[in-house]
Amino acid sequence: MPTIVVEVMPKAEILDPQGKAVAGALERLGKSAFTGVRIGKRFELTTDGPADEALLTEVRELAVEMLSNSVIEDVVSVSVLDESPAGETH
Amino acid sequence: MSTETSGQSVSAETTPNPDAPVVQVGPDAGTETGQAGDGARPGSRPAASVDSVANAVATPDKEQPYAALGLKPDEYQRIREILGRRPTSGELAMYSVMWSEHCSYKSSKIYLRQFGQKVSPAMKQRLMVGMGENAGVVDVGEGWAVTFKIESHNHPSYVEPFQGAATGVGGIVRDIISMGARPVAVMDQLRFGAIDHPDTARVVHGVVGGISFYGNCLGLPNLGGETYFDPVYQGNPLVNALAVGVLRHEDLHLANARGVGNKVVLFGARTGGDGIGGASILASDTFEDGGPTKRPAVQVGDPFAEKVLIECCLELFKGELVEGIQDLGAAGISCATSELASNGDGGMYIELDNVLLRDPTLTAEEILMSESQERMMAVVRPEKLDAFLAVTKKWDVETSVLGEVTDTGRLVINWHGEEIVNVDPRTVAVDSPVYERPVEYPSWIDALNEDTAANLPRPTAGDDIKGDVLALVASANLADKSWITNQYDKYVLGNTALSFPDDGGMVRVDEESGLGFAVATDANGRYCQLDPYEGARLALAEAYRNVAVTGATPVAVSDCLNFGSPENPEVMWQFKRAVEGISDGCLELEIPVTGGNVSFYNQTGDQPIHPTPVVGVLGIVDDVARRIPSGWQDDGHNIYLLGTTDLELDGSAWAGTVHGHLGGRPPKADLQREKDLAGLLHGAAQESLIGSAHDLADGGLAQALVESVLRFGIGARVWLGDILDRDGVDAATALFSESTGRVIVSVPREDDVRFLGLCEGRGYPVLRIGVTDATSDTLEVQDLFTASIDELREASRGTLPQYFGATIG
Repeated sequence: MPTIVVEVMPKAEILDPQGKAVAGALERLGKSAFTGVRIGKRFELTTDGPADEALLTEVRELAVEMLSNSVIEDVVSVSVLDESPAGETH
Repeated sequence: MSTETSGQSVSAETTPNPDAPVVQVGPDAGTETGQAGDGARPGSRPAASVDSVANAVATPDKEQPYAALGLKPDEYQRIREILGRRPTSGELAMYSVMWSEHCSYKSSKIYLRQFGQKVSPAMKQRLMVGMGENAGVVDVGEGWAVTFKIESHNHPSYVEPFQGAATGVGGIVRDIISMGARPVAVMDQLRFGAIDHPDTARVVHGVVGGISFYGNCLGLPNLGGETYFDPVYQGNPLVNALAVGVLRHEDLHLANARGVGNKVVLFGARTGGDGIGGASILASDTFEDGGPTKRPAVQVGDPFAEKVLIECCLELFKGELVEGIQDLGAAGISCATSELASNGDGGMYIELDNVLLRDPTLTAEEILMSESQERMMAVVRPEKLDAFLAVTKKWDVETSVLGEVTDTGRLVINWHGEEIVNVDPRTVAVDSPVYERPVEYPSWIDALNEDTAANLPRPTAGDDIKGDVLALVASANLADKSWITNQYDKYVLGNTALSFPDDGGMVRVDEESGLGFAVATDANGRYCQLDPYEGARLALAEAYRNVAVTGATPVAVSDCLNFGSPENPEVMWQFKRAVEGISDGCLELEIPVTGGNVSFYNQTGDQPIHPTPVVGVLGIVDDVARRIPSGWQDDGHNIYLLGTTDLELDGSAWAGTVHGHLGGRPPKADLQREKDLAGLLHGAAQESLIGSAHDLADGGLAQALVESVLRFGIGARVWLGDILDRDGVDAATALFSESTGRVIVSVPREDDVRFLGLCEGRGYPVLRIGVTDATSDTLEVQDLFTASIDELREASRGTLPQYFGATIG
């Protein structure tokens, strides 16, 4: 069962309050090595059929039109997850 | 269209000395840049790329993208005349946003002046701050003051409904903070497209979600507001947000930069690339023709940052650490610096490198135009700066000192050691172009006015009348709005005395005395389409009445005027008439307009929206414990109708819902009557004579009766015979007419005599039309129909969930 992964991030110029909150928390906890945190979304779409180019094209369209809000977010990647033998996932 | 620019306002006093700018602060004033230079910034550009004043002088013929920034050729030419040279790109950015319709009110100014001119001494009595400041302030007694304002966030809410609406709430709340007040309540006036249109759900879910998210996170009660669906708003929903704040008289703060040497401080969120050009480009043109590139990134707000900012500002005010303060909204730093400087000693020097950035690759122009949310600008005395910084540090609010107030009469901004802006701030913020746009009586309006609803067939049989009543109750505009309002927190802070679905919201100000305010808003776009003058007066009359039925005394007005394109002469005529209507009405009612907002270019394609002048009225109540609730709660109370009914079905909800009709002339608003009615209700509230009061508006008596029944599930028996006899109308007219000056009240039997005596003493028409019945579980209109409460409730509550999903709570 192939899994197609879509990753979405807030647009670079847009404020990311979640990321800002985490960045602030890290600093308060003494983890000062980080200058910024941005938080995005990851979608895992599983399919019974093959993850062929036709399906990927469809997912790319879906990603832009439905999974992300193109006004404030960018789709940063659409990829097929390496198929791992059953039982090895956790 | 731009030829009618009223050139005369480029008056002599605004003409600057063209030689002065270049020498004042030389490009070698770079001593301060080291501090903010932040040498490690990845995308820092070589200084050569900065369009400095010197560069502008040296390259007078450089082509500039003024048109893409929304400036007309003659406006650009005027900027060149004002400066005596071409503007730098930074100056162009500032002028373009500040001269946009949104910021400059260039098309509306000549009409808005009436709000300041049509004023009687009585209207000034309670007014502490009037038009022109961030928000008007009204003295409510006992040393307290209340500030309130409505603003629009229409266009961003169509592009990105959730964030657009959320930042609309955030923006109006910052206006309230900047007056020195603690925000205590919000309200929203929403207009969406047809309820069954496929795109409407997207906008409704986003807007309502955004408002509830931001308001609930801030911890502010949402008292309700109004929601209408109409195809005219399909491509251009309206999202107006009202906020109310409370302050002690001595805490009042104004937006001005006085005191040479005082520091100019920017604090709050960092400046990023959001909403750049939003003010200018979105408000200056329709966003349909430019394609996606013209669409600016919208802003994303952070309500938790705003909450901290509220508390931080209040502590700064308390410690008297601030001389002047201004929130950053549309046009960001451009607006704040130029407005503060214009309202103060006239000069300001800013090191733009000191602005804390979220994105270090921003150009100077972008920093000037950025609309990043949750930012404030303050003017601080140098000796108080340390204490100021201690407070912002305590609240973890990032702060940077940008510069200081000067007496040069110039706003000077440096960037990377070069002077990139040197302007007279008044030419940016105050003396923007003023247009006397062509006005034309709409070609279609006479035909529309002749097409009266009086000719529509009216039901006479009881079953037919019941059918129309149920159709109205279930119609999108009159149906129960719990789907929306249940997403808002209305009791947080613990001072809410009345909120939706009551006619007006009411909030306690003083916990000891019970002193409070009431607030209500209204606008009927259908009436305004028929007659913008009468329609605007009707909006005022209804908001006024909605405050009056709570038992409060109306004292002030704020408005948000939503119209189509000012470049359309027929729209300009509608605007002109509506402003005349509100200002005449306010003079008659003797309550001042304290501020507001104009939103133009509300249209889909070239189809303008119905004129929608939202009017908000604020009232004072001595003790919220004496408030009048809106629904029936007790058995055996007499139901009285105050006011008389005429055949006024034009523009009514009945004509729209049952016949799909819009035509004729709107009901007449008799404002003297409204004043009498408000006095009567206030008197009755003072003596606690009334069990409930409910205003008659959309849907007339029928809808008011149904709402009074549904509020607490108490039924009633009602008879119309006396109305028919006295007013000479038929049953359908008695039930569906939208004549003004009418309220239904319920009165306990023991207070009957005193109540009738009060009405008689004040000469207000009153008729007993029914009695409440807690056991019947029905609304019975004698000789016509009986509807069970369940039946009515199902009709009322089913509509919104049918399109948007189940109601929560």
